[in-house]
This record gives sequence, structure tokens and C-alpha cells, in this order.
Amino acid sequence: MAHYILPCLGGLLIGVSSAVFLALNGRVAGISGILGGILHKPTESWLSSILFVVGLVLGPLVYRSMLGTFPIVRVEGSLPILGVAGLLVGYGTRLGSGCTSGHGVSGLARLSPRSIAAVVTFLVSGAVTVSAMRAFA
Amino acid sequence: MTAFLRLVVSLTCGLVFGFGLSLSGMLDPTRVRGFLDVFGHWDPSLAFVLAGAVAASYVGIQMTKRMRKPILASSFDLPSKKQVDARLLVGSAMFGVGWGMSGLCPGPAIASLALGLVPTMVFTATMLVGMALFALLNFAGPKGVSNG
Repeated sequence: MAHYILPCLGGLLIGVSSAVFLALNGRVAGISGILGGILHKPTESWLSSILFVVGLVLGPLVYRSMLGTFPIVRVEGSLPILGVAGLLVGYGTRLGSGCTSGHGVSGLARLSPRSIAAVVTFLVSGAVTVSAMRAFA
Repeated sequence: MTAFLRLVVSLTCGLVFGFGLSLSGMLDPTRVRGFLDVFGHWDPSLAFVLAGAVAASYVGIQMTKRMRKPILASSFDLPSKKQVDARLLVGSAMFGVGWGMSGLCPGPAIASLALGLVPTMVFTATMLVGMALFALLNFAGPKGVSNG
């Protein structure tokens, strides 16, 4: 049961965070956009972006202080595979203007046609990639 | 004062976001790859993360539609592009391949730095290189290329 309830609860918190960030600061809580903005050039919202990222890293630490253990992180794949994957995720999310948070959460909630197209595209290419890797493993 | 409050809100929202990711199971690349494995041993549970997040965010969006401006800023900074173009599709397809290979997307990659694991640190480092590469090759572009 927890297998389904915890994703719901976690998702709700992510959605509340996105909604509050928009209502108060007027910004989309899209992680690749925030990171890209930090790398692009320092603007007035630069410090704000840095603090959002710091908060993101504090999240698992608060989780541990409340629940006594870190969340499960099981990483698969060799370091070269992960390195190439990182490049694709970094470049791809900037070229495609968003990732799971910006397009997936905020974009779908705004019913943006661009975000719907992006989410369908990365879900399909992600699913095909996992299947292809299993087939060739 | 408003500028200071904006910073407090940023830190708090980041923290709630990171805590939500931790609670949801999205930090676990094996589970994420199981979610993407629709043609194999599919674990659909992480679809509920997106469902919960979109539901909560949707309520918030409906509320902001009645606001002329955000409470702590002068205007809403929302993407203005409407057209689905090749950049969007090619970029998203590239992202999906990297996501499928690793089980990591930008939010969980950053949040899991808290655990100090070498593999996620390697992924995050090359992800930032990929983003910096994009910024270098597109430095003249307006900030219209930021959404998520």
C-alpha cells in the first residue's frame, strides 16, 4: 500500500511547492530551467535559484532527520554510461526547455501543448531506451 | 524586505520539493527505470507522483489565474512560446534517452547529492556540463529557452 501512497504524498508536496513558488515568487519550479539560469548568467533571480537548489539538497537530509534513514537510492549502470546519460539529460532538457518538473508538473498543470508534447516524447524515448538496454544486455 | 522574503520562499520551496522527491521514491533510479519499463516488469507506482504533483499544481495555477501579479514579485515569469517545434521534440527525446539510461532526471540528481554517492555525483557533474555546453552554444539566445 505504501508503494502507492508515498508516491501520492510526495507528488502532492512537489505540486504544492511548485504552486507556492509560482504564486509568491512568480516563477516556474522547473529544475533544469533553474540550473540552466544559474549557469547562464547572474541576474536578479540568481541567488533565489541558488537557494532553491540548496533547499533541494536539504530535502533528503530533513527526510533522514524525520524518518531516521535516507531515502533509497539504487544506481544502476557503469560510470561511463552515467556520464553519457548526464550529458544527454543536461543538453536535452535545455534544448527542450524543460524536464520532468517544468514540463511534467508545472507544464501539464497549465495544460500547455508544448509541455504535453514534451512529456509524451520523453516518456516514450525513456521507455524505448530501457527496453533496448534490456534487449541488448 | 520583499527581496528577502523571496529568498526565504525559494529555500523553503526547494526544501519541500526535495522532501517530496525523497518521500515519493523518485530518488531511486532502479525504481524510476522500473516505471519506464512498460514492456517488461512495469512498476506503475511512480505515475502517482506525477498525478499528485499535477493535481496540487493545477489547483495553484487556477488560483494564480485570478491574481494580477505574484504576491512577492512584479510579474509572473511564464514561458511565452506556444508552438511545438523541432528543438522541443529533439531535446525532450535526448532527455528521455539519458533518463532511461540512468533513471535520473535533474531534480532527483541534485537532491541525491545529499547522500554523497559517487555515481550520482558523476551523473550530476556531466549533466551540468551538458547544460553549460548548451549555454555556450546558445549564448546569444534570449531567456525564452527556460521553462523546466
